[in-house]
Amino acid sequence: MEYFVQQLINGLTLGSIYGLIAIGYTMVYGIIGMINFAHGDIFMLGGFAALIIFLILTSVFVGLPVVILLLVMMAAAMLTAALWNWTIEKVAYRPLRGSFRLAPLITAIGMSITLSNFVQVTQGPRNKPIPPLVSSVYEVFGLSVSLKQIMIMILTVSLLAVFWYIVNKTSLGRAQRATEQDRKMAALLGIDVDRTISITFIMGAALAAVAGTMYLMYYGVIVFTDGFVPGVKAFTAAVLGGIGSLPGAVLGGLLIGLIESLWSAYFTIDYKDVATFSILAIVLIFKPSGILGRPEVEKV
Amino acid sequence: MATTTYSKESAGGSLTARALREGFFAGLVAFGLFFLFVGLETTQNIRNELVLNQRWGLLAIFVAVAAAGRFLGVLYVQPWLAARKTAKAAVADKDVPETFLARNFSKLAILALVLMPPVAVALFGVQGSLKWVDNFGIQILIYVMLAWGLNIVVGLAGLLDLGYVAFYAVGAYSYALLSQHFGFSFWILLPLAGILAAFWGMILGFPVLRLKGDYLAIVTLAFGEIIRLVLINWTEVTKGTFGISGIPKASVFGIWSFDVGAANNFAKVFELPMSSAYYKIFLFYVILALALLTAYVTIRLRRMPIGRAWEALREDEIACRSLGINTVTTKLTAFATGAMFGGFAGSFFAVRQGFVSPESFVFLESAIILAIVVLGGMGSLVGIAVAATVMVGGTELLREMTFLKAIFGPDFTPELYRMLIFGLAMVVVMVWKPRGFVGSREPTAFLHERKAVSGSFTKEGHG
Repeated sequence: MEYFVQQLINGLTLGSIYGLIAIGYTMVYGIIGMINFAHGDIFMLGGFAALIIFLILTSVFVGLPVVILLLVMMAAAMLTAALWNWTIEKVAYRPLRGSFRLAPLITAIGMSITLSNFVQVTQGPRNKPIPPLVSSVYEVFGLSVSLKQIMIMILTVSLLAVFWYIVNKTSLGRAQRATEQDRKMAALLGIDVDRTISITFIMGAALAAVAGTMYLMYYGVIVFTDGFVPGVKAFTAAVLGGIGSLPGAVLGGLLIGLIESLWSAYFTIDYKDVATFSILAIVLIFKPSGILGRPEVEKV
Repeated sequence: MATTTYSKESAGGSLTARALREGFFAGLVAFGLFFLFVGLETTQNIRNELVLNQRWGLLAIFVAVAAAGRFLGVLYVQPWLAARKTAKAAVADKDVPETFLARNFSKLAILALVLMPPVAVALFGVQGSLKWVDNFGIQILIYVMLAWGLNIVVGLAGLLDLGYVAFYAVGAYSYALLSQHFGFSFWILLPLAGILAAFWGMILGFPVLRLKGDYLAIVTLAFGEIIRLVLINWTEVTKGTFGISGIPKASVFGIWSFDVGAANNFAKVFELPMSSAYYKIFLFYVILALALLTAYVTIRLRRMPIGRAWEALREDEIACRSLGINTVTTKLTAFATGAMFGGFAGSFFAVRQGFVSPESFVFLESAIILAIVVLGGMGSLVGIAVAATVMVGGTELLREMTFLKAIFGPDFTPELYRMLIFGLAMVVVMVWKPRGFVGSREPTAFLHERKAVSGSFTKEGHG
């Protein structure tokens, strides 16, 4: 039983990271109906930015409190990733917005290849390990819960709350929802559609960068290929939760994280990714609208 | 850039001022983008700790290039493009008589390919031709064949498949395993690998019949990854990441062999000096024949009812269904036919390498094949062949560019930049020519008169 609960906690931590990435997928898919294939690599880029900032800070200011260190890492990673995603949207996706459906997907795949190889070329192909930042572990009812797990979960919940508030209660969120429903009509009613879409990309990238920082802190290592698999899993999470829905993305992320860690614990760790990908296929085949999503109405 | 509309009004028409401002802005953005990744490098020191290496000069070059590029772009390239556009619009579309070259392009290209190995041997000698025949010829033709195979699924039937490499893997492993365990020859296993891959195409195609567009893409991606992960983890059969080595070579229909010890060795029979080049030249003709078979079948199928049904399905699935076309069999045959050619290519790949491992069947391969199909202009066989030559040949060519070492110093390895340039090329070509190199798509069947469907007007089928 304790083993089960322990795996549950590990799964929730992992799932929180997936959920944070999934929000970016779900928002972009919701607003312009494209799979931003490069989003996983934006996550990786965020992790690398955090790594470099960490190295700068630890070499310049020795003995900085961990909280400040983490906050600065996160802020810098968010800024860098947001700038990257903003530029990518502008250069690679916007010119193709009126084009046929496959075009932006192809540029997104091209961008994904470009980003991971860019990091490989500029930062080297090797694993980048960092010393553990947060190492305290609490014993609660015979379970060991580490501080970093608690931090990741709290951060995910609070960011979800903030973003839910932005999307549902602010004028920016209203503009986003209007653009999502009907881009042309929204433009006629005075919404700056281009700006709204840009902001959506920025928001998604910022969350992916938070996830990247958390990933770096949790595993203590990052490598340039780390974008692909978490990216696909996060997309699975977004689909599972119902694409276009923010709580759905986090819910889907948590479910994927749980499935992955429980599968590794009770079956075989080799096939954990097979399990995740099978779930993606099964969900899409039997319930394409996901858990919290609205079914897509086909317009003729 | 964001300021374009704003600056047009306020700059008082001063183009130079606008160009300066946008150039500065671009430099600023480039600084933000590259500050961490180019300006600083993470390297390991002797104690295996990460340390930072500063490269501010390189960062300055990046920023300067971005700023100057944007400045020149706004000042010269944009007005020039606009002028060319209006000039083009002013000249009415005239029927330019087709030149001899344009009319017979495919025939000439095939002739050139058939003549390529002898010419390479004549020019570079037997051993020297290896590079051209193997690295360029075979490598490009494999991708041409794969892209033509995928074209049946994506270009004709409009079903977006991101897991095509799975069928390539099925073909390769079918040949590798069956030839090792049962000792069958290449010529028996080639059709068998195709049939097995087609079978897998149906198995994987069946559950995704209801899906469309991006969702279909993601599920096929998941299937591709599942097959790769099974190949990695099912070690009793596939030997996991070690791969299967020592795959037997193909023979010229059993008459001449290319095994060194065999009595009927090709070089021995013809009393030629021993060289691996003969085998590669033979393989070159095999893949050329296979690729041409793919093209021939595609062209013929397009004229058959099933090909028409594929094109109809691509244009509008609902209309297709209401006209009584069985979409289930139509989709499944598209998947199966495409997969079959993937399987052929896979078994050829196995026989060429003599070694297969899951490393060769990663998602990136699927992405490259799909990119070639889309960049070439979906449905256009010639366009796809051109795209494959440019993209694969171009990146192969990068290995040859040793003179770049003179410019960038001796540590410069062009191979490292291969995939980076490939990714960038995908983006640039797509933005520049969204319809591919050969942009228009003519329907095979038409009412009353043939109308070229201009790329920008066709609505893509939902798939």
